[in-house]
Amino acid sequence: MTATVGQQAQAAARANDVWKVYGSGEAQVIALRGVSAEFERGRFTAIMGPSGSGKSTLMHCLAGLDSVTRGTVAIGETTVTGLGDGGLTKLRRDKVGFIFQQFNLLPTLTAKENILLPLSIAGRKPDPAWYDTVIDTVGLRDRLDHRPAQLSGGQQQRVACARALVSRPEVIFADEPTGNLDSRSGAEVLGFLRNSVREHGQTIVMVTHDPTAAAYADRVVFLADGQIVSELIEPTADTVLDTMKKLDTPAEVGS
Amino acid sequence: MFRATLKSLLARKVRLILSGLAVVLGVMFVSGAFVLTDTLGRSFDSVFADGFSEIDVNVAAKPKVELSEMEGEQTAAPLPAAVVDRVRQVPGVASATGVVNADGARVIGSNGKVVTSFGPPQLGENWTGESDLLKLREGRAPQADDEIVINKGLATAAKVQVGQKVGVLTAFESKKRDFTLVGVFGYSGDRDSIGGVNEVYFTTPVAQRLMLGAPDAFSSITVQAADGVSDEKLRDDVGRTLGADYEVKTGEQVAADASASLKEGLSFFNKILLGFAAVALLVGTFLILNTFSIIVAQRTRELALMRAIGASGRQIIGSVVLEAIAVGLIASVLGLAAGIGVGALLAFLFGKLAGGLTLAGIGVPAAAVIGSFAVGLVITVVAALLPALRASRIPPIAAMQDVATPDRPLTKVTIAGSLVTGIGAVLLFLGLSGNAGGQTLATILGGVLFAFIGVALLTPLISRPVVSLLGVIFSWSVPGKLGRLNSGRNPRRTAITAAALMVGIALVTGVTVILDSAKGSISALAQDTIKAELVISGQQGGPRPPSFDPGVLDQAKALPGVRLVDGEYGDMAKLDGKSTWVAASSDIASLRQIFGAKATAGDIDRLGPTQMLASSDEATARGWSVGSTVKVQPTRGEVRTYTISGIYESSQLTNPVTLPVQAAKDFTIPQPIQGFIQLAPGARVADVQPQVETLLADSPEVSVADRDAFIKQQTGQLDGLLTMIQILLALAIVIAVLGIINTLALSVLERTRELGLLRAIGLRRGQTMGMITVEAVVISVFGALLGVAVGTGLGAAVVEALKDEGITDLILPWGQMGVFLGLAAIIGVVAAVLPAVRAARINVLGAIAHD
Repeated sequence: MTATVGQQAQAAARANDVWKVYGSGEAQVIALRGVSAEFERGRFTAIMGPSGSGKSTLMHCLAGLDSVTRGTVAIGETTVTGLGDGGLTKLRRDKVGFIFQQFNLLPTLTAKENILLPLSIAGRKPDPAWYDTVIDTVGLRDRLDHRPAQLSGGQQQRVACARALVSRPEVIFADEPTGNLDSRSGAEVLGFLRNSVREHGQTIVMVTHDPTAAAYADRVVFLADGQIVSELIEPTADTVLDTMKKLDTPAEVGS
Repeated sequence: MFRATLKSLLARKVRLILSGLAVVLGVMFVSGAFVLTDTLGRSFDSVFADGFSEIDVNVAAKPKVELSEMEGEQTAAPLPAAVVDRVRQVPGVASATGVVNADGARVIGSNGKVVTSFGPPQLGENWTGESDLLKLREGRAPQADDEIVINKGLATAAKVQVGQKVGVLTAFESKKRDFTLVGVFGYSGDRDSIGGVNEVYFTTPVAQRLMLGAPDAFSSITVQAADGVSDEKLRDDVGRTLGADYEVKTGEQVAADASASLKEGLSFFNKILLGFAAVALLVGTFLILNTFSIIVAQRTRELALMRAIGASGRQIIGSVVLEAIAVGLIASVLGLAAGIGVGALLAFLFGKLAGGLTLAGIGVPAAAVIGSFAVGLVITVVAALLPALRASRIPPIAAMQDVATPDRPLTKVTIAGSLVTGIGAVLLFLGLSGNAGGQTLATILGGVLFAFIGVALLTPLISRPVVSLLGVIFSWSVPGKLGRLNSGRNPRRTAITAAALMVGIALVTGVTVILDSAKGSISALAQDTIKAELVISGQQGGPRPPSFDPGVLDQAKALPGVRLVDGEYGDMAKLDGKSTWVAASSDIASLRQIFGAKATAGDIDRLGPTQMLASSDEATARGWSVGSTVKVQPTRGEVRTYTISGIYESSQLTNPVTLPVQAAKDFTIPQPIQGFIQLAPGARVADVQPQVETLLADSPEVSVADRDAFIKQQTGQLDGLLTMIQILLALAIVIAVLGIINTLALSVLERTRELGLLRAIGLRRGQTMGMITVEAVVISVFGALLGVAVGTGLGAAVVEALKDEGITDLILPWGQMGVFLGLAAIIGVVAAVLPAVRAARINVLGAIAHD
């Protein structure tokens, strides 16, 4: 099953017949069963599915955090499958940004230092104009010298978003970015994730199980049982919820 | 609760191994010291028991000057041959043989050098025939005056064969004399020597003349009992006949006494080893404390859960202490085993070095076992108490919340640290200023211990600014900066880790400061004082200092270009009943000029045969003044009365008492042991030195050196001491390295998620390792800095206290300190290797999902 939207050449991330099998024998678990998908440049894609559907695994494989059992994964022009540690590090450094559910900021660094960390690790200077834009977008200008412990959860997640945005990666992977936030902070974060796509042409792939969060995306891909079972373009919370409900009833699965 | 504890212990076994290792090393030192001294002690016992096994009863004259093992070898007074006849008359005596047996028979090897024994004496004896113990292996007994036999071990060391001419230096002949080697003997059980002793047998008249300096005299009488007479009865009978001037003992008693005096030396050695064990364990305590603290911090949630489901605070303490007991027990067992191995190895090496001491079987004395378990358990449990207490205070609510343990304020620790440091300083002051009321050493050691603990408590406060300053060096790179921030992250943990290293480095630095200052002060004084361009002396290799032919002094005086010559003799003697080191000078006027001595009373330029000089310190201590008479009992000969004719100013280089040269004939070594030569103005050292060397051809034990070489040679002994102490303290540093590895390993584990994130956003493996390495280097250099600072302080305090003893210059070993800091950086890099590799291998995905 292939879900293709837009021109192939413009895909920021691509999965081609990806299988992921954990364990062997009795304990074998097939997390992904031949998933093929493309995520085009400049769009905000959500991956949804019930628990155990393989949505997080798919994202980890796409981002090069996990290896695939079969099939290939590519980010932009780079084939991720088969890259060594050095190659994967370079890929993460230059082409991929991450936003995690648990924020994952370094407690010893200030907000500003956390934001600039990927660039300093890569030994690059930030583009000042873009840096200002990002800071203003996330609205953290007056919090830059604070340490993570001095920031609220929403602020910490905005720092994490800024960190992902500032290096202008090919694609940002967000793993339940609002999972640890209250609904207002969550809405703020989702709002500027969408803005960064609309206004700055950023590519974002977000894993979520929250229909409201998914409604911020341009497109939603639904996974069940390790396979892509459905997708929605220009979703709303209601259409997402409807689709999810259908997925929950195995008889209706099948598209 | 018990099961839970054991499970958590097993789950954390890797982390506990490192801290357990510290205890293992400390305990190893303790048990090794006991095993070594026990094994050597029993070996000496059996050596002496063997050596005296042929003797039923031994008769010797009372020594004229009684000395302890630490003061030097005791010299038995010779006894006249007539005594042998008197003993023979005693009923129950089967035979009585006069024996000559004295230290100082030095064989010159085939390479022209004197064979040294490295400890055991070099005996010259009279041949009284073979026995069950002693058997000729080659040749025959000595019959003519120019014939000798020697033991196989000595023949091997000297590389000489039967039939060859062999040169021997003897106690009472000023020059070497050539003998024909007519036989080589060995001992029962195929032994080449007994305990590495070198032995030369002469005919009886030659032995008496050359080794005792008196015809018809013996060192002792060996008595065999007639059948049916017990050794004890015979001893008492002989003793009654001879009276109180003679020591009459059974062979067993002689063996036990000889062994006991050596064991006195061994027990001193044992105390030194235990001292180093204490240092190792102190460092180990820091390490265990840290490990348990970290483990408790990591288990906060688990412990809180236990509290929430009903465990009491006491149960929590119990579970942590139980863990400590388990670790302590295992470490003690391993440490004991390792100590037995190390003790056996050292005993083996000692035996080799002491010229083939036959070792008794390796024994494990009860003290080793008890000491190991007591020390291992107590240290571990004491170190775990604080973390256990902290664990018991974790609120149950911590189980539900993700409470980031807030940085506890350092106020309490700082106050406690200042207090403890203060106590340490006061104790040190009392000890060093001599106001400790007889407990000087204990007070000083207590002061040092308190000072260490106090500084360790203050370390968290100091660590923030210093660590961040140190880290600045690395801040040019991102991994460096992160490493620096990480090392400042948990000031307590950093502090204790660094403090462990501090102890070792501080002790090494302190000792170096003291010894360097002593060395510098003495050589500066010697440079200023000794106005002799050439010095005759030799390296001492056994109990007896090297000596040379006094004729050389006169011949040297006659050489062109030589202005003054002074030969120095020395021995212990009893002065008015008290043992004192006495010197005699061949030329008192030269001595005065060469040493620039100043008279504080009387005349010190000449000395009549019944006159003596005293140093101002000795004169004050004894209440002597010019005109006082002093009774002097030398090691041999009769008591003589001397009148003090002059008093000279004391310095580090002056002897307490100087006797006229005539007195030296009653010294243990009636030959000069040092000679000082002052050249005439315009004469060149390079011209005179070879001529003096020629004169010394028959005294191969000594050589002539210029003044600088002589001073270096004299102070060189301090260098040897310093090296030995540094090697022993290196163990404490090794344990500190384990501590750094441990702290880093635990930190890496704790920060798994962070490391995963850093890798996720593009930190390379190499950079990750760099980050951990910087953290380690910052911690270790910080510890070394503290150690150098504290050590310099301690050393300077001791030097200040020793000002009156002549250590006037405080010399700071800057070069050494630099080396320590450099070493610390290397230690950091080494300690970081394993944790860094582990950090670099972290699975990025697993780390981020890690909770």
